[in-house]
Amino acid sequence: MKHRTQSWITQGSPWVWLTAGMVSVSLVMVLGLLGLIGARGLGHFWPKPVLEADYLEPGGGHSHIIGQVVDEEEISAQALLDLGQKPPRQEGVVRRLLVKSGNRRVAPPDFRWVYADGLTGVQHAPELMVVERHQWGDFIGRLTGLKEHGEPVATPDLWAEYQRRIARAEALYRRIRAIEKDEIGAINYRIERLRLERRRLELDGVRDPDAFADIEERKQAAQREYQALSRELADLRREAGRDTYTARIADGREVEQPVAEVVRAYRPNAMGLTDKLTFYLAKLHEFVFDEPREANTEGGVFPALFGTVLMVMLMSLIVTPFGVVAAVYLREYATQNWFTRAVRIAVNNLAGVPSIVFGVFGLGFFVYTVGERVDHAFFPEALPAPTFGTPGLLWASLTLALLTVPVVIVATEEGLTRIPNAFREGSLALGATKAETLWRIILPMSTPAIMTGMILAIARAAGEVAPLMLVGVVKLAPSLPLDGNFPYLHLERKFMHLGFHIYDVGFQSPNVEAARPLVYATSLLLVLIVVALNLAAIRIRNRLEDKYHAAEH
Amino acid sequence: MSENTARTHAIELGHLARGEPGRREEEQPTVTLKVESLDLWYGEQQALKSISMEIPRQQVTAFIGPSGCGKSTLLRCFNRMNDLVDGVRIEGRVLLDGQNIYDRSVNVADLRRRVGMVFQRPNPFPKTIYENVAYGLRLQGVNDRRTLDKVVERSLKSAALWDEVKDRLHESAMGLSGGQQQRLVIARAIAIEPEVLLLDEPASALDPISTLKIEELVYELKEKYTIVIVTHNMQQAARVSDYTAFMYLGELIEFDRTSTLFTNPRRKQTEDYITGRYG
Repeated sequence: MKHRTQSWITQGSPWVWLTAGMVSVSLVMVLGLLGLIGARGLGHFWPKPVLEADYLEPGGGHSHIIGQVVDEEEISAQALLDLGQKPPRQEGVVRRLLVKSGNRRVAPPDFRWVYADGLTGVQHAPELMVVERHQWGDFIGRLTGLKEHGEPVATPDLWAEYQRRIARAEALYRRIRAIEKDEIGAINYRIERLRLERRRLELDGVRDPDAFADIEERKQAAQREYQALSRELADLRREAGRDTYTARIADGREVEQPVAEVVRAYRPNAMGLTDKLTFYLAKLHEFVFDEPREANTEGGVFPALFGTVLMVMLMSLIVTPFGVVAAVYLREYATQNWFTRAVRIAVNNLAGVPSIVFGVFGLGFFVYTVGERVDHAFFPEALPAPTFGTPGLLWASLTLALLTVPVVIVATEEGLTRIPNAFREGSLALGATKAETLWRIILPMSTPAIMTGMILAIARAAGEVAPLMLVGVVKLAPSLPLDGNFPYLHLERKFMHLGFHIYDVGFQSPNVEAARPLVYATSLLLVLIVVALNLAAIRIRNRLEDKYHAAEH
Repeated sequence: MSENTARTHAIELGHLARGEPGRREEEQPTVTLKVESLDLWYGEQQALKSISMEIPRQQVTAFIGPSGCGKSTLLRCFNRMNDLVDGVRIEGRVLLDGQNIYDRSVNVADLRRRVGMVFQRPNPFPKTIYENVAYGLRLQGVNDRRTLDKVVERSLKSAALWDEVKDRLHESAMGLSGGQQQRLVIARAIAIEPEVLLLDEPASALDPISTLKIEELVYELKEKYTIVIVTHNMQQAARVSDYTAFMYLGELIEFDRTSTLFTNPRRKQTEDYITGRYG
């Protein structure tokens, strides 16, 4: 027996087990992380049943509860007593449920813990409805009637009529949003440009009254358009406010609210699996492709998603040429001596500098120094309001490029080193100059390595939040950095970012309970984005590697 | 074979007769490369010691000698490939058609266009066969499809590779065998029509059949080019070359017609080497 143990050890089996064990632990951790945020985040969009029950409060009071169970836990009675609460029992373990009763405006609080022991007559009535509103979160209750211009509407199928009117209000709402955001936004943009044009003329010392008259005329035209639109807007708003609905809530009160506030209404207890699935996909779609509502705790994350991807792409465009050129100089041109070694050490150390330091540098150098110069040189008409002298997309991309340039340099240098000298000599022997050899042979052959550097840079940049908060990311950007107004890509604008969105929703939101699932969902989305960006880059790299597989010989 | 192909105008060479043999010719100079007391140091170490020799035009000249004797280094002086090595120092002159290639006014890229080189290991670029051969021309700004087609075909035919690759010109050169790759590299070198072709142990990484093909190719190419070949294989030198230089420890020991050097060496060291006593 002892002999067997000994041979098991001498043959190195423990080492194999140890290494395999480490791999397993890493795998379990990664999968666990993804599984957790996936389950928590994606579960949020599944319609939860609405529970109705009488509740005997531990203090003795009675109440009627309607709501969705969003969380539950078992906790020892002693711990609750220590916290100064009154559990239904003095010892043992009590189960308590976190019930979301919604109705934030009419009957707060919208979330409350109840003890399972105190619930009696629990039922899931099919007519209980959940109403998602543009403001104030969900509303939960029983639909009792519809009114048009304050007059009750008689209809055989109240629910179907309600849905029809929601659809009508929603269409109006979308039109209102479109006018407010796109059309009036475009007019405002034009008026602002005209103001700047006028200021520019003044700064240039132009005295020609015709020029000013022309601007004034165009401004008048824009303002007339604006007035027409705002009249249309008022009409639409009046139209949208036509309908109201009444509903009975948990405490027995009947509440009347405008249909225009409703995003969607659904009866989870009456839904079949197909309905639930359709609902789920619709919610998921809204999450990815819509704009956030209610201080980011409802609706979608599209602007943040867009900002993240755009920023990472700009960063890649900036960092790749910089890193490659630097690496080419270090590896191909510079004489290898103490100085190049020192530069290499410095570059590697740069990769270890905390990212917030880069943020501070970006703010101090790019925003306040370069940005201000740029403003004075190119946008004097807007001063004292800064154009580039304030955090924005360009500075954020540049700061992250600075942060990730060491990665690209190191990877590119690695790739250049790996290319056998035979290729350089072969090209030079044919009468190529060093630059021609680089362009035609060496750089194409090192593209896989350059792409590897870019992949690492993207992975790092997409996950970075701290420096961005200083150089361009905001909680809520009024418009995307890419739109239909010339010059289409607005590098000076502030933008939203998934990483910051997570922080903001999770820690800065007024309603933490409501926002928590969104933190998980947004995290999952951010991970997926990073994975997608990486996969795209890896695919390109693999194709290039096939093309230049000789380099690895 | 060297007797058969040797030009009627015999050339007196190297230290055998220090004259100006080219002067005696009316139509063309008979010497392409002339080395005058060339010294080369890698850092502190002297790799070439006062080499002087004259390489005849349109002949095959072989450099033989034991490993590390400086024969490759000398070869690489002829197209200034040694410039790429850090810490190298060269003194003396190398004249190509009378002009010192180490002169400050010489454009190295132009020089290398005139003096082509093939290396020990086949080094085709990771491009198609066609683009490999066309590379040198494209560098010179030739992009006309028809010209390129013509040159590629002619070069591949000269390199005895055309029949094997004519149906896959646009496939990667990395898919060729070692011997084919080496002939491709030769085709690439002669596509830009150099005056001199330097071959640095071109067959040492190849199998016997490929080696034979390369040797036949060298024999054919000397019709048009001056060829200098480095080899550690004495049989090969005897088979392909008209003239042979024996080098030892950075010095040129003996330089003569191949037939003379192998049958009747004048120096003891040469004899020892070719009879296999060291090296």
